[in-house]
Amino acid sequence: MTAKTASSAETSLAHLPQIHEPRNPGTALDLDRVASIQANTSAIERRAATLPGRRSVKKDYQAAWLLRAITLIDLTTLSGDDTEGRVRRLCTKAANPVRQDLLDALGMDAITTGAVCVYHEMIPTAVSALQGTGIPVAAVSTGFPAGLSPFHLRLAEIEESVKAGAKEIDIVISRRHVLTQNWQALYDEMKAFRAACGDAHVKAILATGELGTLRNVARASWVCMMAGADFIKTSTGKESVNATLPVSLTMIRAIRAYHEATGFRVGYKPAGGISKAKDAVTYLTLIKDELGDRWLRPDLFRFGASSLLGDIERQLEHHVTGRYSAAHRHPIG
Amino acid sequence: MNVREIFDTMDYGPAPEDVSQAMTWLDSHKRSFGQFINGQWTKPARSFASKNPARGEILAKISQANSKDVDKAVAAARKAQKTWSKDAKARARVLYAMARLVQKHSRLFATLETLDNGKPIRESRDIDIPLVARHFYYHAGMAQLMDDELPDRTALGVCGQIIPWNFPLLMLAWKIAPALAMGNTVVLKPAEYTSLTALLFAELAGEAGVPPGVLNIVTGDGATGEAIVKHDDIDKIAFTGSTSVGRRIRSETAGSGKKLTLELGGKSPYIVFDDADIDSAIEGLVDAIWFNQGQVCCAGSRLLVQEGIADAFYAALKARMDKLRIGDPLDKCIDVGAVVDPVQLETITNLVGESGGDIYHAATPVPETGCFYPPTLIIGLSTADKLMQEEVFGPVLVGTTFRTPAEAVELANNTRYGLAATLWTENVNLALDIAPKLAAGVVWVNATNLFDAAAGFGGVRESGFGREGGWEGLTAYTKPNATAPKLAKLAPVAAPAKADPGALDRTAKLYIGGKQARPDGGYSQAVWSPRGKLMGHAGLANRKDLRNAVEAMNSAKAWSKTTGHLRAQILYYLGENLSARADEFSIRINDMTGKRGGKAEVEASIDRLFTWAAWADKHDGAAKGVPMRGIALAMNEPVGKIAAFSSDDAPLLGLVSVIAPAMAMGNRITVMASEPYPLAATDFYQVLDTSDVPGGVVNILTGSHDELAPQAGGHMDIDAVWSFSGSDLSAVIEREAASNLKRTWVNNGKGRDWTGADASAFLAASTEVKTIWVPYGE
Repeated sequence: MTAKTASSAETSLAHLPQIHEPRNPGTALDLDRVASIQANTSAIERRAATLPGRRSVKKDYQAAWLLRAITLIDLTTLSGDDTEGRVRRLCTKAANPVRQDLLDALGMDAITTGAVCVYHEMIPTAVSALQGTGIPVAAVSTGFPAGLSPFHLRLAEIEESVKAGAKEIDIVISRRHVLTQNWQALYDEMKAFRAACGDAHVKAILATGELGTLRNVARASWVCMMAGADFIKTSTGKESVNATLPVSLTMIRAIRAYHEATGFRVGYKPAGGISKAKDAVTYLTLIKDELGDRWLRPDLFRFGASSLLGDIERQLEHHVTGRYSAAHRHPIG
Repeated sequence: MNVREIFDTMDYGPAPEDVSQAMTWLDSHKRSFGQFINGQWTKPARSFASKNPARGEILAKISQANSKDVDKAVAAARKAQKTWSKDAKARARVLYAMARLVQKHSRLFATLETLDNGKPIRESRDIDIPLVARHFYYHAGMAQLMDDELPDRTALGVCGQIIPWNFPLLMLAWKIAPALAMGNTVVLKPAEYTSLTALLFAELAGEAGVPPGVLNIVTGDGATGEAIVKHDDIDKIAFTGSTSVGRRIRSETAGSGKKLTLELGGKSPYIVFDDADIDSAIEGLVDAIWFNQGQVCCAGSRLLVQEGIADAFYAALKARMDKLRIGDPLDKCIDVGAVVDPVQLETITNLVGESGGDIYHAATPVPETGCFYPPTLIIGLSTADKLMQEEVFGPVLVGTTFRTPAEAVELANNTRYGLAATLWTENVNLALDIAPKLAAGVVWVNATNLFDAAAGFGGVRESGFGREGGWEGLTAYTKPNATAPKLAKLAPVAAPAKADPGALDRTAKLYIGGKQARPDGGYSQAVWSPRGKLMGHAGLANRKDLRNAVEAMNSAKAWSKTTGHLRAQILYYLGENLSARADEFSIRINDMTGKRGGKAEVEASIDRLFTWAAWADKHDGAAKGVPMRGIALAMNEPVGKIAAFSSDDAPLLGLVSVIAPAMAMGNRITVMASEPYPLAATDFYQVLDTSDVPGGVVNILTGSHDELAPQAGGHMDIDAVWSFSGSDLSAVIEREAASNLKRTWVNNGKGRDWTGADASAFLAASTEVKTIWVPYGE
């Protein structure tokens, strides 16, 4: 993900210092640390609930933040009826997420989304469609979304996807290991997935909606980071509850503590349920305030979203014209 | 910066709130305000400036009310009160309309509040104003229910209310909503720094149907406040503000018969145990001490961290502090606004400047002009350091460490104050063990600064007395319908010309710590029967005997932790043992008084003991319906150590009626026996001795009430003084009570009908409501 400098995005990022974040190598499993982790649900909910009232970005700042949000989107299609044509359309949108006239009015160079996220079968299509754009292809893997297929097949699936050209692999953890507090099993599984990924970056999907408590979310986050996850991610998008602010706060506090303890920065990806521009800004303020500006870059933060982009485009047009926009004025992805 | 640059820096830009409506309102008054009396504005006079502390600009000229203005306002309130108190349900509709009014004009109130006070717009918009509306809604309901639920109570009359500048409109709501709901009328003085929202509210209140004279606003400084406090035709003073001013108000109202509630300062502990969710505890501190720039009476300003996690905690806390954004309070992206006035800024600066310890100022940009002070943490202080004891009233947190839960409690309670306390732990056993042990009127578990109209708020010790909110808050604005009988002063029977020395000498001693003790002074006085018989001698207790009694009460502190069931058993046992000696007591009473009421009085005393035995395990607390996932527990805790002066009449019943409720609710008590008829009390020692009453729970002194009243009132280690004496003690007790702001319950020259237990009054005086907030959820 550090290679996100190519092609159309290059100009807008060119004058930034290019930071090459070392990958998180993981640590030994520290069960004492895991056991000591606390997460007070009501306090976390209060912080999350008051956050949107504490931070506000307006006018040019809002437009700039929304453009930043676009560059952080893993533009996603994970449907049983995905076809090559559908995926090619999505990839074109990923490379051209905002209408040129709007970019011109905003004084912005071209931007792209952070990645395109698809199932394994769609990787070749996406890779060829994104040729030359610098946009990486991410693939969901390991028996997504339930993660209950045979372990050796889950490993093989990762290897196949990497071979097919995926630069990022979104794996799903075995929720049962968390629910039974079998941290060793979770650690071993995650470590094996990481190894199977090779140079591809691995995002660990915790499926937080199925973990029962925020304490479990915090502990699972730690174990996955100890086992070498490059990113931790909330959800598959298929659970009944997906990314929420309290879950996000819990996970990014774990990321912060892990960074303090080891010096390694792990990325964060909320997925599912983030469909409004305003929500995206709230998430970015959460990241900025709790983790810091360094995490507001595509190598350390992604939105897993499919409909968010459309709402942001409408907000940008409103910013440019002063008039509320309509969905059909923006090309669909 | 242009969009492309911001895209790179990802800075927060300016996000200013629009203040044009607030400015339009100020302009509509030509930026000059008189008093709001009887539904009308008076002509501006003796003006002073009201400033925006963030920018120093003058917002408007406010008028200084003099005593004539206060007279006019009180007269208007008095005139309006009769009609206003008549129809509770009509009042409910007006209060409901007031709640709606606050909601309709919420942004106007919020922007005006932030302009005037300097608090971040987020707080006035999301916290102050919604709580104001909630307070009126809640008390609209109280007015609706008054006839059904409080049939024995009635309005006090005219209330003088003086509020501080830290939550101008919210404190107005806390004061006027219960007062108006119960049928009182109000003369309210906002703080001189922050009068504007009160004036806006008063003007708009007419739209809600508040009749002229019901709500009067007088503006000005302490001199105006003094005119209210000293006014003869005011029935009740409610004050929120500093402990020093509260103390003066206590002295000045002493003996006036005015009811008084005080909500004063604090140095509230914020305890973090090593199993807490540390990130959440740190975030809680942001809401504790950097909320409203720390200008909050209940701010968690004294951080107590368990030693093993202290270093990591301080490091994380400093990192969090650096993220706080300080600046223009009208910016929607600001965490910490301006302190209220340059005077306050100077006070904070000096206090921190003089302090020892490691001082850390948040590494966050602070505006160069305006009244801004950076979030500050001072660690490495110990209890003897000034800032561990003194309230700063600014964004300054002091911290120290503890080793064990017991030490946390000891440190937390090592203060003259007792307003609020916060504790963080994931261990429910620990939380529920510690919360009741903290000397505070409000305890927050794993949260801080939660407020609601349904949950009582108020302090113990020198943080004041009285509760605001909930059913308990209504007692501060109502009184019993029944009128008290006249008080008769009974003189001791004089020595006869021809003395009958009686049989064997009986010299009663004092009863201290479960033992009979000779009076320290070595003086006694003879007690004569009206028939000229020498009935015995009673000791003359002095201040040292009182001191010894207080020490004895201290050593009996375990009584306050006993179960209601155990206390009930002991009270029943007292009744049983008194019954066994009924004839002896009856004869003694008849001999002393020269009347024939002894038998009935003994029977009534036994009945009284049974009544309080019954109550011992039945004065239930409550779980308040606060609007959150969690409970606010209202726990009735014993007041502590009580000194009481018995009535002259009813030598046994008057004694038992005072001892029994105090005991039943878990207090320790020292009673000054009936001055003319002390021997029923001294005979009662033996009943106490034979009934398993632990030594020191009940102490009995005999002697001069006049001599002991100032001693009891002034003793710093007594929590409450009651007087039913025939002697005129009310003024001296209340005046002396200002020393440690102990609770007082004095008769103001009124008598008492001892045939009834008057349970509600004695329960209220024997207990203090502690509100324990426990948010939950996993």
